[in-house]
Amino acid sequence: MTATTSPLAAPDRTEPTSFAFDAISLDAIAKILAKYPADKKASGTLPLLDLAQRQMGRVTGSAWVPVVAMDEIARVLDIAPVRVYEVATFYLMYNTKPIGRHHLQVCGTTPCWLRGSDSVRDAIKACTGIKHYGETSEDGLFTMSEVECLGGCVNAPILQVDDDYYEDMNAESTTALVEALKRGEKPARGSSIGRQNSAPEGGPLTLNTIVGE
Amino acid sequence: MLSDQDRIFTNLYGIHDAGLAGARRRGDWDNTAALIALGRDKLIEEVKASGLRGRGGAGFPTGLKWSFMPKEIGERPHYLVINADESEPGSCKDRDILRHDPHKLVEGALIASFAMGAHACYIYVRGEYYNEAMALQKAIDEAYDAGLLGKNAAGSGWDFDLYVHRGAGAYICGEETAMLESIEGKKGMPRLKPPFPAACGLYGCPTTVNNVESIAVVPTILRRGAGWFAGFGRPNNTGTKLFSISGHVNKPCNFEEQLGVPLKELIEKYAGGVRGGWDNLLAIIPGGSSVPMINAEVADTVLADFDSLRAVGSGLGTAAVIVMDKSTDPIKAIARLAHFYKHESCGQCTPCREGTGWMKRVMDRMVEGRAEAAEIDVLWQVTKQIEGHTICALGDAAAWPIQGLIKNFRPLMEERIAEYKRSHGAKHSSKMAAE
Repeated sequence: MTATTSPLAAPDRTEPTSFAFDAISLDAIAKILAKYPADKKASGTLPLLDLAQRQMGRVTGSAWVPVVAMDEIARVLDIAPVRVYEVATFYLMYNTKPIGRHHLQVCGTTPCWLRGSDSVRDAIKACTGIKHYGETSEDGLFTMSEVECLGGCVNAPILQVDDDYYEDMNAESTTALVEALKRGEKPARGSSIGRQNSAPEGGPLTLNTIVGE
Repeated sequence: MLSDQDRIFTNLYGIHDAGLAGARRRGDWDNTAALIALGRDKLIEEVKASGLRGRGGAGFPTGLKWSFMPKEIGERPHYLVINADESEPGSCKDRDILRHDPHKLVEGALIASFAMGAHACYIYVRGEYYNEAMALQKAIDEAYDAGLLGKNAAGSGWDFDLYVHRGAGAYICGEETAMLESIEGKKGMPRLKPPFPAACGLYGCPTTVNNVESIAVVPTILRRGAGWFAGFGRPNNTGTKLFSISGHVNKPCNFEEQLGVPLKELIEKYAGGVRGGWDNLLAIIPGGSSVPMINAEVADTVLADFDSLRAVGSGLGTAAVIVMDKSTDPIKAIARLAHFYKHESCGQCTPCREGTGWMKRVMDRMVEGRAEAAEIDVLWQVTKQIEGHTICALGDAAAWPIQGLIKNFRPLMEERIAEYKRSHGAKHSSKMAAE
């Protein structure tokens, strides 16, 4: 199977014709494969897909996994390419199509929805021009996706930007974050209202007698 | 209120150093070799005596689970797999252990692995928890450098390796056999049981899968004694527990408290109470999205533990309390969960693959009222046909929230349908019944 005929292939002109892991990735692959028994190299499928996606992000500015990269992973792990394709399409975090420079992932599951995730989504729409989930802004800076529970429910609503959680968001803080990203800044992750992680607003009610350092 | 001296997770909020030096000051890694010297049988006996029930949602006794592993190591190596795929809507407690108290987990992994004859353990961290996985990896690296992991780990005479394996965004991988498939590099599709993982798990070897919190509390239980842990809560519902209170409360938060405290007291003392006061409470999902909701009347008196919540037709689950005040449209809240389960169904079993999509479509119409009143019964029946008819519990988890909705809010659903008919004319809705 060649990349251009694969049903997984990205739209014309975006699917690269070749992929090779760079030095940074190759170093990481050696460490990853050392975790698993020598005859269980297939266990490297998920981590190598992640590596390929990160390398694409680093090199091209769009963190996704083209089919040629899946083929390369299959070669490195000595498994059939279809084993990599089926994993790449099963798990949500692998982007099988190019995405924007920043991936804005809005958690819309009930705990975030109860705390106003709709207004986070609407603020992103307003300041990026994106109309629907799954779209990329015209300037190529942002792709907005809806994701399922991110596991930060006591700091809802959560907006995940690339690897980082931005917590306790509302329309204003979302707009400020997106505008900062447009300026090339990367604001610190965590609570947008200054909470101590998962402690209640206003400061911890417990653990105040634990002696620190 | 539980005193700080009896709290296990003393760096829950990340105020102090999460690294090895800070962890040692909080009592972690204190003569771990002496705990291991107790021997396999004594360790399992202590965990059993503490009454610890699995903290990942099902509440199965942890010590009993450990005892299912083969006593002798045969040709196949043993594995411990730790479930850090925290994805149950409402639940975010393990996240705090991973990022703020990772050494409790690393030390617990060593002790538990020894007790089960495992020389290797994988911690499966959900893919979105990138920063948490990095924090955990840092703790593991520190432990290796200090000789606490690796050959003769912590001077115990036991060789032990600990690895982080990151997931990639699939809720179903929190199911233990789907998790094993995922570590093996496959799609996360649950396996048919038996054989159970203790007989045939990771790479076909004897394996036990435990939740992060279940493992992380073990060193403290052993140091302070099973009796100390069992002294909290009620019989069969012992110990302290991490709670997450989210949704319509004044101050959503995580905290540690003993089991068996009234749910209302937890919400009022720790989370600043229901937004607009207790009388403004509509309903609570007390244990993460997979357990049925309870109404305000039940929530008024129920105790927060496994058996009390089970007795009122719900469950403690992961102790993730999702609070909804009277501004909430409960039909929409549950429709959103129906969307979640449809999205996360692995597609392997027909009742779940087809049923979750069907339930989502019907629930979306129920939100509008674009349905027939008789369809509520059809919806109920379909949930009953999915429940119990799938390989894993995702089918049950998808069915129960809807059952909870119908039990508690049927009049509201009927009113919504009647209202739609009034404003759109009866003939518009009748043709929809063929879904």
